[in-house]
Amino acid sequence: MRTEAGRHPARRLAAVLRRRPRLRLTLLLTAPLLWLTVLYLGSLAVLFVSAFWTTDSFTSQVVKVWSTDNFHALLTTPVYRQVVLRSVAVALAVTALCALLALPVAFYTARVAPPRRRPLLVAAILTPLWASYLVKVYAWRLILSQGGLADWMLAPFGLRGPGYGLPATVLTLTYLWLPYMILPLHTALAQVPDGLLDASADLGARPGRTFRSVVLPLVLPSAAAGSVFTFSLSLGDYITVQIVGGKTQLIGNLVYSHIDLDLPMAAALGTVPVVVIVLYLLAIRRTGALDNL
Amino acid sequence: MRLGRTARIALRTAAALGFAVIYVPLGLVLLNSLNPDRSAGWPPPGLTGHWWSVAAHNPGVRQALWVSVKAGVGATAIALVLGTLLAFAVARYRFFGRDTVSFLVVLPIALPGIVTGIALNSAFGTVLEPLGVGLGLFTVIVGHATFCVVVVFNNVVARLRRTAGSYEEAAQDLGASGLRAFVDVTFPLVRSALLAGALLAFALSFDEIVVTTFTAGPGVQTLPLWIFDNMARPRQAPVVNVVAAVLVLLSVIPVYLAQRLSADTAPSSRV
Repeated sequence: MRTEAGRHPARRLAAVLRRRPRLRLTLLLTAPLLWLTVLYLGSLAVLFVSAFWTTDSFTSQVVKVWSTDNFHALLTTPVYRQVVLRSVAVALAVTALCALLALPVAFYTARVAPPRRRPLLVAAILTPLWASYLVKVYAWRLILSQGGLADWMLAPFGLRGPGYGLPATVLTLTYLWLPYMILPLHTALAQVPDGLLDASADLGARPGRTFRSVVLPLVLPSAAAGSVFTFSLSLGDYITVQIVGGKTQLIGNLVYSHIDLDLPMAAALGTVPVVVIVLYLLAIRRTGALDNL
Repeated sequence: MRLGRTARIALRTAAALGFAVIYVPLGLVLLNSLNPDRSAGWPPPGLTGHWWSVAAHNPGVRQALWVSVKAGVGATAIALVLGTLLAFAVARYRFFGRDTVSFLVVLPIALPGIVTGIALNSAFGTVLEPLGVGLGLFTVIVGHATFCVVVVFNNVVARLRRTAGSYEEAAQDLGASGLRAFVDVTFPLVRSALLAGALLAFALSFDEIVVTTFTAGPGVQTLPLWIFDNMARPRQAPVVNVVAAVLVLLSVIPVYLAQRLSADTAPSSRV
């Protein structure tokens, strides 16, 4: 506690603060805002400005001359365009798979399972969230390795596992972010009032119809909220791709591979996921998903 | 919704499959740490505890674990202070730009880690290095704290929204000083939210790899960095297996603690 002159400095300061709410607010906000704006936004701003710089091709030194060459290259180089499209497709596929897998699980934990067992089931969904990201990717590296569990399970059918590559990447990312989709869906489904479902049944709707016309519209904002995580986490990932992706390149890998030799180009490439994620957020804002985050 | 028998069975099967998909890989990691073979072929030829004792004496693992703990504690401490200050400002005051603050605090985890990573890396490089401060544990802590703030903020702000400021006002009307009201009324109300936030922040920092990659100095290796470095080395495979298994087992602790802490917030509890 900062001291002031007087017999009870702390008490006097408290009295001063009590009379002056603006001063209290300023004291509360100064440190965290300095940290977040100067340190974080400042760094980001420098990074984005550096996307307009170039690199000396001989020395790899950054040349601070304004140019839009990097963005020009980004838009015209076929490889870059391919990787961007592939990354967006992977992020969308992972999101769709997560939603597809999460819905029955969440429906079970929220509405079908015996109510007393529900908190335990939610904890069971939460536990893998705490398990290390790397360990989970490692688990899939083991499963998909040559002669691993996937090969062993598919052998009786005369098939082999997918090995390392693009399918492995989609599979692993789906596994990683699945709980982020199950949890919001569980919460939304648990909050659907029984009365609505009864009313729908009383009016003659079969379960399928009730699901489509009553349940689905009510949980859609939560699914959209979950998709923010599944989408943006997949889009930025480069570690999983390095571990199980084989030769697959996503936008994160492209950024990573440019950092040492061409930081301005890496910065320009880094704006792509940021722009895509902002566009995605704007697109789903209408569902009300952002209020559910 | 009154579901038919078939629908119920179908849902139960789908849920069971879902849980199997979630837990089989984790179980495999546990089992694999007992695999006497160095390769990860399936099924394992037998079981052994040998690698566990090898891993326990591995100096690289011990050192990395210690670095991770220091980074986590440092980042959590900073995040607790900054996140709590922000939460009080946002929950108890109306001011211009309040929504922007809530957005700003989420940004470090909403944007891809690699973007945050290179941004901090280049900022540290251009600002700190001329001052003679190179990348090291300190920069890792600063980087981690930046994205840990949000979990403390979220927990505390949610708690403050549920408990109106009228308690503090009542205490002050009854003659308590601002400080007294904080110590006796406000702090006990937010204590468990602070604990939950700290727990989450520590776990987030402990698990972080991307931002760490770009903010760690040459001699600083956290546990995730160690795992990543050694994952593709066949000679280290058994030790990596054991470390991975330990991390899976440890993940039960925060879930248990979080359940306890949220039980503390239930309406029937003391608070």
